[in-house]
Amino acid sequence: MDSPKRFVYGIYNDEHTLLHAVEHLRHEGIDVKDVVSPYPIHGMDDALGLIPTRISIASFMFGITGTSLALLMLWYMNIHDWPMDIGGKPSFALFKNIPDFIPVTFESTVLLAAHGMVITFLLRCKILPGVEPEVIDPRSTDDHFVMKVRVWEDENESNVRAMISKSGAIEVKG
Amino acid sequence: MSIVESDLRPVLITGDKTMHQITEDICRPIEGKANKYWWMAFIVASAALTWWVICLSYTIGVGLGTWGENKTVGWAWDITNFVWWVGIGHAGTLISAILLLFRQKWRLSINRSAEAMTIFAVICAASFIVSHMGRPWVAYWSFPFANQFGSLWVNFNSPLIWDVFAISTYFTVSLVFWYSGLLPDFAVVRDRAKTKSMKFWYTLLSFGWSGTAKNWQRFEEMSLVLAGLSAPLVLSVHSVVSMDFATSIVPGWHTTIFPPYFVAGAIFSGFAMVQTLLIITRKVLGMEDYITLYHIDMMNRIIVLTGSIVGIAYMSEFFIAWYSGVEYESYAFINRATGPYWWAYWSMMTCNVISPQLFWSQKLRRNVTFTFFMSIIVNIGMWFERFVIIVTSLHRDYVPSSWVMYHPTWVEMGLFIGSLGLFFVPFLLFTRFFPVIAMSELKTIFHSSTSQVKRQQKEDKKGELING
Repeated sequence: MDSPKRFVYGIYNDEHTLLHAVEHLRHEGIDVKDVVSPYPIHGMDDALGLIPTRISIASFMFGITGTSLALLMLWYMNIHDWPMDIGGKPSFALFKNIPDFIPVTFESTVLLAAHGMVITFLLRCKILPGVEPEVIDPRSTDDHFVMKVRVWEDENESNVRAMISKSGAIEVKG
Repeated sequence: MSIVESDLRPVLITGDKTMHQITEDICRPIEGKANKYWWMAFIVASAALTWWVICLSYTIGVGLGTWGENKTVGWAWDITNFVWWVGIGHAGTLISAILLLFRQKWRLSINRSAEAMTIFAVICAASFIVSHMGRPWVAYWSFPFANQFGSLWVNFNSPLIWDVFAISTYFTVSLVFWYSGLLPDFAVVRDRAKTKSMKFWYTLLSFGWSGTAKNWQRFEEMSLVLAGLSAPLVLSVHSVVSMDFATSIVPGWHTTIFPPYFVAGAIFSGFAMVQTLLIITRKVLGMEDYITLYHIDMMNRIIVLTGSIVGIAYMSEFFIAWYSGVEYESYAFINRATGPYWWAYWSMMTCNVISPQLFWSQKLRRNVTFTFFMSIIVNIGMWFERFVIIVTSLHRDYVPSSWVMYHPTWVEMGLFIGSLGLFFVPFLLFTRFFPVIAMSELKTIFHSSTSQVKRQQKEDKKGELING
């Protein structure tokens, strides 16, 4: 009997075969950890049982922070600290000046929402300049797909490998 | 197995490509050597860039007296060039953001280079803003921070300050939108790299992207939200640019239709520039199977639509100038069409309104040579539009004693020609070192829009009809 290993990898060359394989193997109780693909596969989130990402909620939070900070800045600088009277149009109160302040408020909202989300994305995905990628098969950014399966102590590895092979994998690694 | 899609939907990838061939075709320019056309273009662009540096240094060193502006015409080529460049940038965001929200799959072959165009065009635009300040070393005064000369802040009631926020937000957001889309494609180049240095550089550029399911899930959601943020952003940017004029009380500028009219004009000129760039790029890099006649046709449709919107805006301005009963307003427009700058006005009308109407013919829309010619015409026309709006509205002031003509100097002309170098040098480098087509995204339509899938679909349908 093989000694228990942590991971085995199934290499596929078709996204539909892969999608069905993930659904089938998970149904059979195999622990399919992850899938590496050259492009996003429609339906893979459900097949793998991934919970929806909350990155858009993060973006919204950053956005309203931008709105609030912009309004605070505009109020402080132009209304509170040094109100100017230009062309007989004084800056007396935020609610009177708000139409003039909309463009900057909007731009600041977008600025923080976009950059906050992208930074969140990079940190959550653990991708930054200098990070070494985990490349299981270099073809997985071209036209092949990799399925990462965890083999538990109580599972028979050769059995798992056979099941991966049977599900349409062109190769089983690891 | 293929994804069922109506066979009325056109083929977007011709030439019966396999997925591996797509990767090969798009990586070839990066992995191979540049041909002589690229080097010729690069040398010309570098010469222009050098000339730009010389003219800019002369402007900064000697002062704005080196330009042709005078006390009546305070804005001329500088702001014309600024608006022209920033307008060109708009097509990139329209393609990547608004066409994404509308689920237009044909954007996938052109969005990468159009976004690159946006970024380089905004850099050119910003260069004119900074150089026209006269004292560019204090350009930071336009940002709001407590200055050491007293507690006076910038005036947030002014559209010029809105512009500082709009342009800087637009530039940085476009940059991260573009770069985040590039991450998976850099990973493709990295995993194919044959030399050590390529491996090193593309590992660095790809941030260690590997394409796991969770990362793709976040990637897709992020692209969608960034598109949703960029769509109103791009409309706001040119609206704010138009308000630099519209909130003033200069006859010819003080017009409420300016924001939509400027946005339409921006998209119009931007698509023309995309055509100019892509028609050359597809030929030189051999991307005809990805940027097909259908893609060119679709862009020409947008050109004829936005060109017509701009035409209606020109006519509305005239009508309202008369209908308002304001004699200054009426004179500003009559002077535009019949005054000493009539040639600029009629060049604009011919290039922007009359000639694009030829694109109602599908035969012409799908003619590559004609499209290339028209794209240059539209770019010239849109440059004249900004010149007409700025110079003809200013040069005849309220008091006839201050009526003047404006003549550009060699420095201003040099800055404009040089800015083309400032644009083309990074663009040419982009075509050499970056994947010019978003291949990872393009592969998502592999099972629905390639020529072999479409043909198979037609055959299946025929078979069904025969076999009942």
